[in-house]
Amino acid sequence: MAEEIKKMKVTIDNITVEVPQGTTILQAARMIGGDVVPPAMCYYTKLQGSGGKCRTCLVEVSKGSEADPRPMPKLVASCRTGVMDGMEVKNITSPKVLDARNGVVEFLLLNHPLDCPICDQAGECHLQDLGYEHGKEATRYEFKRRTFEKHDLGPYIQLHMTRCILCYRCVYTADQVSNKRVHGILSRGDHAEIATYIEKSLDNDFIGNVIDVCPVGALTDKTFRFKNRVWFTKPVNAHRECKCCSGKVTLWQRGEEVLRVTARKDQWGEVEDWICNECRFEKKKVSDWVIEGPTHVSRHSVISQGHYEKLNRPTETFSKVHDGRKPKLLMDIHSVSEVNDPSIDLSAINGPATGKVFEQSKKQA
Amino acid sequence: MARKLLLEKAHVEGIRHFDVYRREGGYASVEKALKMDPASIVEEVKKSGLRGRGGAGFATGLKWSFLAKPEGVPRYLVCNADESEPGTFKDRFLMEFIPHLLIEGLIVSSFALGSNSTYIYIRGEYAWIVGILEQAIAEAKQNGFLGKNILGAGFDLEIYVQRGAGAYICGEETALIESLEGKRGNPRIKPPFPAIKGLWDCPTVVNNVETLAAVVPIINMGGEEYAKIGVGRSTGTKLISACGNINKPGVYEMDMTISVEEFIYSDEYCGGIANGKKLKACIPGGSSVPILPANLLLKTAKGETRYMNYESLSDGGFASGSMMGSGGFIVLDEDQCVVRHTLTLARFYRHESCGQCSPCREGTGWMEKILQKIENGKGVSSDIDLLWDIQRKIEGNTICPLGDAAAWPVAAAIRHFRDEFEWHVNNPSLCLTQNYGLAHYADELSVVA
Amino acid sequence: MMVKFSEHKMKEVEAIIARYPTGKHKSALIPILHLAQEEFGGWLSAESMDYVASILSIASIEVYEVATFYSMFNLNPVGKHVLEVCQTGPCMLQGSDDIIAYIKSKLGIAVGETTADGMFTLKTVECLGACGYAPMMQMGMHYKEHLTPSKVDEIIAHCYNHK
Ligand SMILES: Cc1cc2nc3c(=O)[nH]c(=O)nc-3n(C[C@H](O)[C@H](O)[C@H](O)COP(=O)(O)O)c2cc1C
Ligand code: SF4
Ligand code: SF4
Ligand code: FES
Ligand code: FES
Repeated sequence: MAEEIKKMKVTIDNITVEVPQGTTILQAARMIGGDVVPPAMCYYTKLQGSGGKCRTCLVEVSKGSEADPRPMPKLVASCRTGVMDGMEVKNITSPKVLDARNGVVEFLLLNHPLDCPICDQAGECHLQDLGYEHGKEATRYEFKRRTFEKHDLGPYIQLHMTRCILCYRCVYTADQVSNKRVHGILSRGDHAEIATYIEKSLDNDFIGNVIDVCPVGALTDKTFRFKNRVWFTKPVNAHRECKCCSGKVTLWQRGEEVLRVTARKDQWGEVEDWICNECRFEKKKVSDWVIEGPTHVSRHSVISQGHYEKLNRPTETFSKVHDGRKPKLLMDIHSVSEVNDPSIDLSAINGPATGKVFEQSKKQA
Repeated sequence: MARKLLLEKAHVEGIRHFDVYRREGGYASVEKALKMDPASIVEEVKKSGLRGRGGAGFATGLKWSFLAKPEGVPRYLVCNADESEPGTFKDRFLMEFIPHLLIEGLIVSSFALGSNSTYIYIRGEYAWIVGILEQAIAEAKQNGFLGKNILGAGFDLEIYVQRGAGAYICGEETALIESLEGKRGNPRIKPPFPAIKGLWDCPTVVNNVETLAAVVPIINMGGEEYAKIGVGRSTGTKLISACGNINKPGVYEMDMTISVEEFIYSDEYCGGIANGKKLKACIPGGSSVPILPANLLLKTAKGETRYMNYESLSDGGFASGSMMGSGGFIVLDEDQCVVRHTLTLARFYRHESCGQCSPCREGTGWMEKILQKIENGKGVSSDIDLLWDIQRKIEGNTICPLGDAAAWPVAAAIRHFRDEFEWHVNNPSLCLTQNYGLAHYADELSVVA
Repeated sequence: MMVKFSEHKMKEVEAIIARYPTGKHKSALIPILHLAQEEFGGWLSAESMDYVASILSIASIEVYEVATFYSMFNLNPVGKHVLEVCQTGPCMLQGSDDIIAYIKSKLGIAVGETTADGMFTLKTVECLGACGYAPMMQMGMHYKEHLTPSKVDEIIAHCYNHK
């Protein structure tokens, strides 16, 4: 039955791979791995129709194919462009790509509140990573950042709309993974927002997965106990018998406490198996779970700093964990965000630094 | 030449009605076409050299020949009557005054493409035109030109009018299809192209109103005859909607052989600049195309006369040329402020961005804010460079061409009127009460080498 | 207000749905939202939108997503007459800014507001495809073109005289 799938040769940044027909440039790059993989903020392998929107994964096609070697006139979204036999792609070897990506990152951060110090996603935020790698030294945006009316999405999920990059992943997840969608993208253009229109809670089974697909801290877990900087917590793989889902999760522990449950993610930060709400939100005791062992966290992530250590505080320097790369300050965070008051020394705050603690210390300071 | 193929009968008393239209020779092309092989109609359109009148100028016959024809899957023709590009109001004129011409063109085109249900997607604000079109459709149906087994040729066709609801982006063909499917007007990521996967995932052709109306004379006179009208690859006649500071704003039809100068100054067309003022600048093809200062508008950089056709208007590329675009001809006189005009366009694109992709969603708003600042005397000179850099980073990097359409007007305004921007920056209080005026952009045709 | 189409309007709704192949009834959403806005007070309440969702058997969020995308749908109550003045480039060249200023001062309202008597709402809009007949505005189904202050006076007086 199975027809033989045609293999195609594609060269990305001078490295050639053979991939099956129908593979996208991004997937092909991921097969190669390493630096040639374009960053992807909106594409998600498991979500049909995703991708094409954020434009961080733009690449240059310098040769269309063996049959038609002409270069493509514009940069293309690697997540939505299929490879052709003999295609040649430039990612980090193309100044055009780097320049455009630099622009895209600036656009994505334009209205971003830069409230990283109080954001639960800090340390596992793809935008943060992206900003470090491709951002500019300082913002050129001098206008008031966009704000939104607050929407309450119910007991499980917290929405910080100002952090949203409108990747649409959570919308596709609600459509394709949960049984009912009550939230969506409302309004258009730069007013577009994630909302339910009239207050409704997101509580149908599997909806918790929107938290895991969100590349930034726009959707976070309201049940994340003692909100913590993720690099202070210890991720372990665990499972349980579950009627609705695979029950395979990552537990984020501190001592004997389960602070948070998430799906397991692969090296591209994508969920391996969707998990149900019960596993995610209701099982907060270590005894609910069978522990398998430490989760492998990509070295790329800030999380790996405090990893596997008893210490609660990171001792390694940024350049150490980032393979010798010097930290590059995206922008002077103090000058653009009032929550980042330099007179408050975050590391001096006892225990985990959460928004609440921060507010208190600010009053005291 | 004021050759008329589309609007020739537009002013005949009662032409909106079937009887009058038919008496004037209407629907002859349907009688002729239904006796032809659909493929040979496509062939005639190819021979005619007709290029899409919606803005992109893509060869219509070629586009039709791309339409996939899988067995057992319906195909659709969709007429793009969204007409929302600032400066453009030609399709409205055609539909309002001679609606049967469009219906006739739709019947022939639907037959050629094999569409049995054809939709006219009209911008929501043209509410009263919906009634005019539906009336024309009903009359055509009563007379056997629509419905089952048209003229006994075994071809069935229904035409429906669908109203949009206020969104320029729905003029982009894939956004239009989404909207027609009852969704937000988010353009699709291409490929697949509509010719393969369009309306309800079926092969679909989307064409502009004027394009489809032009099929009527093409069939009547034959593609080759049609191709003899005009010049070079600008065949046939084109509707131009002229507006701004001219004596006679309106919709004009012409073959594409007259000069821009004649179009602006002759009484047959715009009738010159209003109030005896001087010509400062012009956006010749709808708000998305580059603005040109008077000297480059009337003559190309090489010093040759510029004509009202696709090739001549784009002569010089973006450095010194513009585009035919949708045929929305916007004229600015010596008293107009280019910065302010550009600001209104930037606001337009920010307002109309669907918000799907980051460069357009974020960049359009940013450009508007900076232009607002400059226009209000609060700009600094680095703002001009910043604007340039932003537009550069939007252009070419978005899902659909709206990003480019937002970038180009800003780019061209800075390219050709940089000193006017600088004057705003350097004269923060003056620029609130006065306009920069003409500077060297006057009528005097100082040719740029 | 009870949100329900009359039998007559329901016929119209059915005719709209019949324009599309079976199973593609979601295509009727925008035309039906237009009808709902006309019928239910000139704007779309959450109740009206939920009602439309139930007619088409689609999720409410699908209706909200669409209704908030298109600028012709009012999501808040509006006056009896909505004056939508175009402010884009070609109209600006012909003095639309002055017309907007004139209407503002005449009605004593800002853009986006409704007069106390509930008669007029003033909105600014982007190009309506009447650039050659500028300045202009839309009022309901029709366009008012070549506006001057005295023409605006006439239009407003006409509305009061034909309440
Ligand atoms: C943002 C945007 C708006 C557009 N608006 C219109 C429009 O209002 N009318 C139109 O005919 N084409 C419009 N187009 C062009 C269409 O996408 C498409 O090319 C056209 O309908 C094809 O018809 P044609 O080949 O007959 O010109 C627009 C394109 C873009 C990118
Ligand atoms: S909330 Fe998160 S997942 Fe949803 S669109 Fe915004 S950034 Fe994407
Ligand atoms: S370019 Fe603008 S209008 Fe087009 S898809 Fe992107 S955001 Fe939408
Ligand atoms: S990941 Fe490809 S465009 Fe967002
Ligand atoms: S600019 Fe006002 S109608 Fe076109």
